[in-house]
Amino acid sequence: MSLAAHLPALQVVVPLLAAPLTLLLRRRSVAFGVALAASWAALATAVLLWLQVADGGTISYAIGSWPPPWGIEYRVDRLNAFVLVLVTAIAAVVVPYSRASIEAEVSPQQHYLFYTMFLLCLAGLLGITITGDAFNIFVFLEISSLSTYVLIALGRDRRALVASYQYLIMGTIGATFIVIGIGLLYLMTGTLNLADMGVRIAAVQGTRPVLAALAFLTVGISLKLALFPLHQWLPNAYAFAPSAVTSFLAATATKVAVYVLLRFYFSVFGESAVFAQLPMRDAMLVLALAGMLVASTIAIFQTDAKRLFAYSSVGQIGYIILGLSFDSVSGLTATIVHLFNHGVTKGAVFLLLGIVALAMGGTSLARIHGLGRRMPLTSFGIVVCGLSLIGVPGTAGFVSKWYLILAALERGQWWLVFLIVASSLLAAAYVWRFVEAAYFHEPRRDTAGAAVPRSMSVAASLLVIATVYFGLDTTFTVGSAAQAAAALLEATR
Amino acid sequence: MTRVGHFAYFVTVFLMVAGLFIVIARGNLIKKLIGLGIFQTSVYLLYIAPGKLVGGTAPILSDAFTIYSNPLPHVLILTAIVVGVATLALGLALVARIREAYGSIEEDEILSIEAAPGRPEEQHQPQ
Repeated sequence: MSLAAHLPALQVVVPLLAAPLTLLLRRRSVAFGVALAASWAALATAVLLWLQVADGGTISYAIGSWPPPWGIEYRVDRLNAFVLVLVTAIAAVVVPYSRASIEAEVSPQQHYLFYTMFLLCLAGLLGITITGDAFNIFVFLEISSLSTYVLIALGRDRRALVASYQYLIMGTIGATFIVIGIGLLYLMTGTLNLADMGVRIAAVQGTRPVLAALAFLTVGISLKLALFPLHQWLPNAYAFAPSAVTSFLAATATKVAVYVLLRFYFSVFGESAVFAQLPMRDAMLVLALAGMLVASTIAIFQTDAKRLFAYSSVGQIGYIILGLSFDSVSGLTATIVHLFNHGVTKGAVFLLLGIVALAMGGTSLARIHGLGRRMPLTSFGIVVCGLSLIGVPGTAGFVSKWYLILAALERGQWWLVFLIVASSLLAAAYVWRFVEAAYFHEPRRDTAGAAVPRSMSVAASLLVIATVYFGLDTTFTVGSAAQAAAALLEATR
Repeated sequence: MTRVGHFAYFVTVFLMVAGLFIVIARGNLIKKLIGLGIFQTSVYLLYIAPGKLVGGTAPILSDAFTIYSNPLPHVLILTAIVVGVATLALGLALVARIREAYGSIEEDEILSIEAAPGRPEEQHQPQ
């Protein structure tokens, strides 16, 4: 068999093997080289997989040649090929950025450990996305979560330790809920293969263990994706982690959790079960709206730019879940597009804030007074991303919000359109808080504005350009998302 | 099935709820981890108990036996146990570092240290 046939396995194996390699090599520059090569190889693999799926449909890869449903299957379809491209692309941008960034934020002896943990986290996220086996999802979830806790604890502030501990507790509760859900499903269907489970579940549909499994999985995954009342771990974790880590997590970790939710809802339970037997649509709608409005309001009152944008993430996840609650092709398209667009936008914001932290010595709004004059380009980049978070035309955020509003109109829910616009106004308010600090205050005397390493500014500008590009040319994002959404819904009808 | 037949489930649910309660109600970081351990252990039981059939043997094909127990849950839980151990180890390591940085492992004390006004911007230096 040619190499191309083994791409699904290589997607996970390359970063997974590169991780111990960085640990053994120890030297900082060598470890960086390995991490860079692994993340770029992962991006190339993901793009090739995406192309293969676009031509030939779903790829099924039997690990160790044990045919599914007995063996573990890696299954790539339009949806997860798209998510793989997002995760690997962000990793490929963050690794070059991280070299100079962790120089300032992590002590030198631990640099090679940073790369080890980063690659493990990447391997875990890719594994969750690509696997077609329910228990495998849990294992990869824990690989990515455990490495995430370590990455957050690497933060310089001692509060990073507490944030990491809180995330460990919440994350483990979430993961355990997911295992309980998977266990109940296994008891009822006798299989762990997701596709097989989706077929066999028809015979036991509506029984109490299956409904309990749905409830456990929903709560567990919602903890991981920081749906509104379960988001407490997120602001501290994002605020105190090293900048490169915040950027990577904000852009990928919660998005992969959204993917898992979509996969269980539409490929395993089937939409009729999820939305007819339990009032999931209303529950998701209410939580999404609460997230959009409450978290965005909390964001306005933050005094630190990193925390401000962390709360904004909780609000934006509301949009993603709102699209899911519509249970229509256009709603799901909005969900999947926003998953990508928000990932790119938030990745860019946190990369830029990392540059700000390096040059100004912190990201509190008081400290970045006069940023617009000290670092005009960085400041402008954050404003562009802020416009994308609001949903101004010409940015990526507009595209997803447009589809969200279309989906709301399709269902004839005019009042939802008003609420979406209202939450955009809240977004405008919290972005204004940044603009006010950066442009309408005199620079502080004690902030000099150090030179920024080129690797950091290039990586961050790439994502800012992507934010604008995907607002203008939507063939890749909306095209992939619409196909993925149609395939998800078709499979369950 | 009788109540007695559901014994394993009662134990499972009790451990699950007790563990989760400890995680939520206790302020001591170590006790929280103990609760988390109990919570995770209950899931091991949830998987393994239904895999055992009364009178079932190991799944080795033989004419003498017709009832086999399911070995797959055991294998799955072996993995889950490893994950549980790793989580506990990492959690304890974090608690040790939190104690170094704050001098306390009580959640409310740590929160009050954080909330104290005029605190100099302390930074913990990782070893």
